Amino acid sequence: MITLIDGLSLGSIYALIALGYTMVYGIAKMLNFAHGDIIMVGAYAIYVAMSFANPNPVIALISSIIVCTLLGVFVEKFAYKPLRGASPLAVLITAIGVSYFLQSVAQIVFGSQPKPVSGWKLPKIEFLNQFGITTGAVVTLIAGILIMVALTLFINITRTGSAMLAVSEDKGAAKLMGINVNKIITITFAIGSALASFASMFYLLQIPNAEPTLGAMPGIKAFTAAVIGGIGSIPGAMLGGMVLGVIEKICLSIEVISPYTTAIEFSLLILILLVKPTGFLGRTTKEKV
Amino acid sequence: MAMLKIENLQVYYGFINAIKGVSFEVNEGEIIALIGANGAGKTTILHTVTGLITPKSGKIEFEGINLVKTPAHKIVSLGMSHVPEGRRIFQQLSVYDNLRLGAFTLTDKKQIEKNFEYVYHHFPVLAERKKQIAGTLSGGEQQMLAMGRALMTNPKMLLMDEPSMGLSPIFVNEIFHIIGEVSRDGTTVLLVEQNAKKALSIADRAYVLEAGRISLEGKASDLINDENVKKAYLGE
Ligand SMILES: Nc1ncnc2c1ncn2[C@@H]1O[C@H](COP(=O)(O)OP(=O)(O)OP(=O)(O)O)[C@@H](O)[C@H]1O
Ligand SMILES: [Mg+2]
Repeated sequence: MITLIDGLSLGSIYALIALGYTMVYGIAKMLNFAHGDIIMVGAYAIYVAMSFANPNPVIALISSIIVCTLLGVFVEKFAYKPLRGASPLAVLITAIGVSYFLQSVAQIVFGSQPKPVSGWKLPKIEFLNQFGITTGAVVTLIAGILIMVALTLFINITRTGSAMLAVSEDKGAAKLMGINVNKIITITFAIGSALASFASMFYLLQIPNAEPTLGAMPGIKAFTAAVIGGIGSIPGAMLGGMVLGVIEKICLSIEVISPYTTAIEFSLLILILLVKPTGFLGRTTKEKV
Repeated sequence: MAMLKIENLQVYYGFINAIKGVSFEVNEGEIIALIGANGAGKTTILHTVTGLITPKSGKIEFEGINLVKTPAHKIVSLGMSHVPEGRRIFQQLSVYDNLRLGAFTLTDKKQIEKNFEYVYHHFPVLAERKKQIAGTLSGGEQQMLAMGRALMTNPKMLLMDEPSMGLSPIFVNEIFHIIGEVSRDGTTVLLVEQNAKKALSIADRAYVLEAGRISLEGKASDLINDENVKKAYLGE
């Protein structure tokens, strides 16, 4: 039970990050490997905001959202937009370049030592604590689910949401409907990066240290989650994140296999790719001009 | 004055010169057929008109507005809708959502309602299947959805790329019947077709495209009796 809640809570962090990968993949047809580093930047934004004289967690969170969203939009505009129509390999290499760039900048500015984020914890709730459940896990799980519900509603109800679905299926046809495809791609990067900033916040509740490579592991795991769920599929990213989070916590809770947790997770990825290359909820789609 | 005027259009795919100086006009209220064999460049012309491809040179004017300088997503609000080759409906969305996306540029709720009624009136099957996922419609129904989606803006001009492709004769008749009705309702039609017989039977004038050039033009009723056209395109 505790393992399940911990797993789902970790899973919602993975899911929030996986959503960024999957939305960008679905709409811009590219793997944004710098996405994990947006989480790292978000974590430093919280670290900076929390080191002022009178730190306010709400202000810290808001500044992290703003920094991440702007960064996502900037990266898209200056690194990826000039490559629209270029070969996928060129885009992929650029994304890896952006990833290293962000990590290097963080290292130059903040140094390579982890920076402890002070004051970033939640009060203990006695009732939950009796059962060994942390407040952070519960808050992460509930907030994660609320954010995912909000995103689902946004995509299925609003005009912009339906335009995103249209662009993900057929850019040319979407243009014929009068949809500004470039604008939709920008909005997608903005939303994905904003979700990443929530992931930063939840991540710091578990490990309150900001460091330059912080985004790498959760980034690659969330990418795994997105592929397991079916890259390009929004419910798939949520499902994949949750599944991976639970598996990770279960593995960690069993002493004999806990050292092999990461290996097991990536084996799962390989297994899924062999059995069902499109992931749980992925669709085989035809590509069109 | 011509509603759509194309002058000396040149289009390239890399080094391949697909359209080699094409000029033609569509006047208000007409049905114009553009016929030609596979690879003649018909789709390329329509894609260039609605901005999906940028021409190397030449003019495209719609009601005096330079379409070459207009981004693709702004063309539909000028009153020009395009039913693309292969339908390209949004397969994973419902019939209703597809039609709603057709009216993406409209903001007036009443106008959208009215256009829904117009489309449902011409295509009752779409009204019955509002909630169905578009990808599960039959080919003929998908063509109707593609056409209905384009009509959701109540366009002044409708561009259609091979609406008869892959349809049974009954559906072809049905689609052409509706094209006639839409035209009578006041929409100008530019119709690209392989089915030259059908296209010429409904059109006012026609252009024959051959390897990126217009080889023949005239009244549809004359072309249908032209010996060369008969041999090359009507299979007689
Ligand atoms: N994306 C592309 N890249 C390179 N060449 C292309 C591309 N699209 C079309 N062509 C070439 O341009 C020429 C015209 O093609 P287009 O699709 O316009 O013909 P079409 O008249 O519509 O043919 P069909 O009746 O078969 O649809 C063809 O020779 C085709 O091979
Ligand atoms: Mg064609």
